Order: sequence, then structure tokens, then C-alpha cells
Amino acid sequence: MIDAENLTRKFGDLTAVDKLTFHIKEGEVFGFLGPNGAGKTTTMRILACLISKTNGEARIAGYDVSDEADSLKIRKIVGLLPENVGLYDDLTAYKNLDFYGKLYECSETQRKENIEHFLRLLGLWDKREVLVGTFSKGMKQKLAIARALIHDPEILFLDEPTANLDPESSKTVRDFILDLKKEKKTIFLNTHNLDEAHRICDKIGIFNTKLMAIGSPEELEGSVWSNKTIIQLEQMNDKILKALNDLSLNNIRTDNNKLIIDVMNPEKENPIIVEAIVGAGGHVQYVTRLSPTLEDAYLKFVRGNK
Amino acid sequence: MKLWKSWVIATKDFSIFRKKKRILYTLIILPLLISIGLPIIISFMTQIDNPTTEIISLLNAFSYFYIILAFIQSSTLASYSILGEKIEQSLEPLLATPTTDSELLFGKTIASFLPCIGVIYASSIIFMILSDAVTYNTIGYLFFPNLSIAFILLLAVPLSSILSIQLSVIISSRVNDVRTANQLGSLLFIPFIGVYLLLVTNVISLNIINLFVISIVLFLIDAVLFYISKAIFRRDEILTKWK
Repeated sequence: MIDAENLTRKFGDLTAVDKLTFHIKEGEVFGFLGPNGAGKTTTMRILACLISKTNGEARIAGYDVSDEADSLKIRKIVGLLPENVGLYDDLTAYKNLDFYGKLYECSETQRKENIEHFLRLLGLWDKREVLVGTFSKGMKQKLAIARALIHDPEILFLDEPTANLDPESSKTVRDFILDLKKEKKTIFLNTHNLDEAHRICDKIGIFNTKLMAIGSPEELEGSVWSNKTIIQLEQMNDKILKALNDLSLNNIRTDNNKLIIDVMNPEKENPIIVEAIVGAGGHVQYVTRLSPTLEDAYLKFVRGNK
Repeated sequence: MKLWKSWVIATKDFSIFRKKKRILYTLIILPLLISIGLPIIISFMTQIDNPTTEIISLLNAFSYFYIILAFIQSSTLASYSILGEKIEQSLEPLLATPTTDSELLFGKTIASFLPCIGVIYASSIIFMILSDAVTYNTIGYLFFPNLSIAFILLLAVPLSSILSIQLSVIISSRVNDVRTANQLGSLLFIPFIGVYLLLVTNVISLNIINLFVISIVLFLIDAVLFYISKAIFRRDEILTKWK
């Protein structure tokens, strides 16, 4: 659905996007993670046919983003939520959506139905005749999402959809994106919010001018380090360590009476480890499993690039 | 090019203009003052001895004033129309719609051109009626309408308005507030004032030949500015180079 091959964008001597390659399937939610200035918005703008690429290729639903005729077709099937919502403060919520509905070539009936549907869904129907200038940031963000959906696009580009929102508004927006995911919309999500990315995205790309890593949240987490098992003992002794060494474990560290052991398969290996400790006369106080997080993966790849 | 899309953009701007009192006042007050104020000045001229020549000269010079007015008024509206989008950061979602750059630019041109022309025509009608009323007894015939004012209103005024809008597009790509854009735009009508002073001082007269020359010059500048503004008003330029 969204394909990029060595996609590159330069601004003079500065390379904002460097040989970016990825493939997003129809109905997939792709999270694009990266620090400020990584080139995420530039990438989104290229894919939404707002700015041109310098090199490489990008296709949306088979249409070439650099072809002028194709770019109009792409813009018809794409909905965009930019970082700055860019609504008209002097128009009402209804008129804002109606204006965009017309530009997206929706029929009058479709416009009326979609405006009512999305405004009701996002809790803004009662405010439809209110000037947008009086709206809170959260309300504007919701309205901008409704605008991105007004023409029922197949693909959505969302740039930091929950940035600067209070927790309640963030949750509303996040839940709404999850509903869109159920409708099998293809979503390209720029975000800093790792928890959000983990909860919403099927696939994540960690990006800092170059694509550092790509995969499912679980794959990325797994790529950081193996699982660790932490075992708190009443008293550590050599006999216990010897028993553990006989198990040919990868990496065993001790911290006072605490054991930190790398394990490949915690469900299978942990009972064997505990059995060996008990067999060596040890007293186990607790066993904890420590798994890498998306944040660990993000930091590893982003710092690795510096 | 789908002209209806340009019209949708223009009507959206009309709705915004109606909400902005400052734009409304700027659009209406100056032409209104001119349409009433200039005939009052002329009425004082009728008091002097043998005033016919002076009155005719002044009526011609004041008629020319509408070319300047078209420039000023269009500049104000175009600054709001284009810079307003820039300030409200609404250009990005607008450019994301399946609308071509030409449709957008044309829509912005209509949004600035039509209200300005409408107000100027209304103002000029008041000006002509009042001027005729105060000069009829002195010069013995109705001075307006005449070929010169028709030439001015139907050719020079639209060309002046278009010139102003093209300049506003170019200025909008480099500034971030409406006042600066208006001030820069104001500087650019100094050549018009020069011509106006030549008319008032009778160095040149407002005959059809001179008006034709003025219109040709305006048309040529319009043509050059059209290509420059079209090159500037491209989505890639707007989102990456507009300051």
C-alpha cells in the first residue's frame, strides 16, 4: 500500500531523509519513531505529495508520488493530520469540514453524512456551529482528525496526533485511531509516544534520517537484549553458582544476593534454574522476569546512530 | 483546471473576510471616503472664477485615483488571503487536498479581486453621481460617464488589482505578518503616485492614449509577475522555502 525504495530528500547540503526503504501493507498501522528533526515530517510530506523527493522512489497504492497526475489521485485517497492542525479559526467546525469535503470532491450527501458522523463520534456535534477559534487544543485536534477523514480515505497520515493533548483527550484520540485500525485503514503514524506506538502499531520503524530498525514492537524489543531473569536469594554461596554454571547458561551476574541471568526461553529455563538453586541448598525469595521495552529498543537504535 | 474548486477557495475566504471587521473597514471606508470626499473638494473648486478647466483637470486626476485605490485594496485583501493561511498554518492541509497549485492560486486571486473590484465600482458610481451633481451647473454638461473613466474602470483598475495580487503572492513568500506585507505593498505603489502627481500638475493629461499606455505597462508587468508568482506558489516552495 505504501512503498518507499531508497527515498531521499535533501535541502541543499542537508540530507533530511536518507535512502529510506520500507513496505507497509494494506490495513497495517505503521509507527514512525524518531527524535525531533529526524526527518519524519519530511517523509510524511513526501508520501502525501506535499513536497518532492530528491532521489529514490515512493508509491502509494501503486501511484508514483513524483508523478503529477498520480499525485492528485494519491491526495484523493489519503487523509492528512499535520503537526499543526491548521484549521480556520473564523469558520465554524461545520464550515471547516464542509470546505474540505468540497475540495476532496465529496457529494453534498456524503459531506453531510460524514460531517455528522465524525462530529458525533468525536463529541463535537453540539459545537458544530461554534467558531473554531474558541475551541480548546484537544477539540481542535479532534476536528482536524475529522477533517482528515471527511472523504473516507484509504490511507491516513497522522503527524503526532496526541502531542500536547491532556491525558483524557489523548485517550479519546488514541481510541479513535484504534477504531480506525479495526476498519482496516492503512495508517502511517509519526509519534514520539512509545507507549502509544506499542499499543497501536503493527509495525514500527525507528528513524533518524536513516531507517535504523523496522519490525513489530515485539521484534524490536527482542532485538535489544534477551530476556533476563532476576532471582533474589536469601544467601548466595559458591555451591549455588557452581550448580548454575553446570546448566551452561549464557550470562550469570551476581549483585549481593541477587542473580541476574540471561535466558532465551524464560518459561522453559526458569523452572530448571530455580530447581538447580533449591537443589544446591539455596532459598529463593522471589523470581522476576525482566523484558526489554520499546523504549530500550528506541534508545539503542537512536543512540547507536550518533 | 477545475474552476469550481477555485470558487470554493474564494468563497471560503469571503466568509473569513466577513468575520474580520478590520478587513471590512479597510475595504469599505477608504473607497467611501474617496467617493464622497473628492466631490466635496471639487465643489470648492466651483467657487473660484472661471473654474471649468481646473475642474475637468481635477476630475480626470481623481478618476485616475481609482487605479491606485485598486492597487491598495487588492494588496490588503491578498495579504490577508495568502498570509492568513500561512499564519493559521492552514496551507499544509489545504495543499494536501486534490487541488492543483493553479486552482489554489486562482482561488486566492478571485478572493482578493472580486470584493475589491465590487467596492471600487460601487465607490466610483457614487463618485461619478456626486461629481456630476456638483459640477453640472459650472461646466454645463454631465462629465461622467465618459470614455476615460470607462477605460479606467474596465481595463486599468482590473490590471492594477491583478498586479497588486501578484505582488502580494511574492511578498507573502518572504514575510510572516500582514502589516509588513501591506507596508511593502504600499511602497510599490509609489510609481502610481508619481503618475498621479504628473496628472494633477497637468504635466500629462488623462487622454485615451495615455490611459492605453498605462494599461499596456500594467499588462506587461502583470504578465511578468504572473510567471514569478506562479513559480513561487508551488507546494514544494510554500512548504520548504516560504519563511
